[in-house]
Amino acid sequence: MKATVQQATVQHGATRVNEAANGHIEIGTTPRALRSRHLLGIDGLEADEITLILDTAEAMKEIGTRAIKKVPTLRGRTVVNLFFEPSTRTRTSFEIAEKRLSADTLSIATAMSSVTKGESLLDTIRNIEAMSPDMIVMRHSSSGAPHLLARMCQSTIVNAGDGTHEHPTQALLDAFTIRSHKGRLDGLTVAIIGDLMHSRVLRSNILLLRKVGADVRVCGPATLLPAGLDRFGVAVTTSIDEALEGADVVMMLRIQQERMDGHFFPSVREYFSLFGLTRERLKRAKPDVIVMHPGPMNRGVEIDSEVADGPGSVILEQVSNGVAVRMAVLYLLAGRETAAERPERSESE
Amino acid sequence: MPQVMDADRMSRALTRIAHEILERNRGLDEIALVGIRTRGVPLARRLARSLREINGDDVPTGALDITLYRDDLMRNPVGPQPVVRRTEIPFSIDDRKILLVDDVLYTGRTIRAALDALIDFGRPRAIQLVVMVDRGHRELPIKADFVGKNLPTSLKQSVQVRLQEIDGADEVTIEGEA
Repeated sequence: MKATVQQATVQHGATRVNEAANGHIEIGTTPRALRSRHLLGIDGLEADEITLILDTAEAMKEIGTRAIKKVPTLRGRTVVNLFFEPSTRTRTSFEIAEKRLSADTLSIATAMSSVTKGESLLDTIRNIEAMSPDMIVMRHSSSGAPHLLARMCQSTIVNAGDGTHEHPTQALLDAFTIRSHKGRLDGLTVAIIGDLMHSRVLRSNILLLRKVGADVRVCGPATLLPAGLDRFGVAVTTSIDEALEGADVVMMLRIQQERMDGHFFPSVREYFSLFGLTRERLKRAKPDVIVMHPGPMNRGVEIDSEVADGPGSVILEQVSNGVAVRMAVLYLLAGRETAAERPERSESE
Repeated sequence: MPQVMDADRMSRALTRIAHEILERNRGLDEIALVGIRTRGVPLARRLARSLREINGDDVPTGALDITLYRDDLMRNPVGPQPVVRRTEIPFSIDDRKILLVDDVLYTGRTIRAALDALIDFGRPRAIQLVVMVDRGHRELPIKADFVGKNLPTSLKQSVQVRLQEIDGADEVTIEGEA
């Protein structure tokens, strides 16, 4: 895996020279690029790559305001959305992003696929791969599944959420939303509150926010604090009031009951009384605080309806921004390589 | 690198083009300027200023990024994607005469991309092309309506238009041997 990334960087350096030599259409600025041809997590991204994605998303957002919301950029490219876990928002968002870039897309939900007939993950992947798609957008309940895929197959892999590990496009759209409200990311105080144990959104967000220089506080019940959180360079607390004090951004996380195989708190009512975000509590944050939630929301569990629909809430904006950010990611990754032009497996491993 | 136009000549060329635009279109009704990023944008703004000085009317002006419409995108097996910047056309182009503005007209491929992009915004009554320099060597059937300077070049040469707003000075230079 390491070797692949290094080689890709070397090749990328070489093309830059070529492009300068035969540049047909003048580009204007130095082209920048993502270093990997997959997006597996925020973990593998540098701060300048994050900025590149957010800047590109800025341009993509305008396309959604046109009468014809479509550009021909990914014409003839095939993108497969492979969702082994239920998802409405993320899958729809990826599909819209792909269609706006003119890619040919198909979505496979496991409920309707041969996975229910007992096929293994690797066999499913190999069969899809045999039809040579250019990109696979994948969600899976096992952490690391897209990483396995990236090693096994030739297509570009985009992680749309793997187990409790990462959800990189969510963190990117969150950062995009914050930046569009605050004008910057560095130096902001971001409080992330809720089910810290099961949240891939948390992990991706912490990684991203730390890379771009934001201060992160995380807060949740002691039973839902994963070990070693402090190693991520974040402040950990079990008091929501402490977490909210002077915050620029509040991110609420969903209580993921479907991932809980035990009792982590006595009752939903008790959870809401101790960790639910209410208008009264939110007064501790900065007056211009924005409230975010990756969805789906459990109203009355982690967030009060009054706050979710209140003035500082940017929750629906996050959803609209998701399309622009995913368009940016697909565009930037698509330049890396195409299935047809790729040499026979020589570069991997 | 030999200079082919200085700031003075560029400014006079733009003023002349502004007059020609008025003459050909009999006034500024339903006209709008769209500059192609990067250097078409300041040129379009300058033209808007000249047109206002001559005629007193404000002409709506927009910026078009053609990156996503380029025909050479994704042609390199492994390569960085060109940077996409924002398109800003804050007016309806339906039934308007659009003056598309760019710095250098060369192969015509940028203009092809720009025409495709513009059509996605609506159905203009007409599109006219304004360029500061036409250096020849067209690869597509495209022709400019208003030209600052016709500059015969060889394929080996490169033409640079520099603008105060972006490069700190106004000049057109030609590099490489003929």
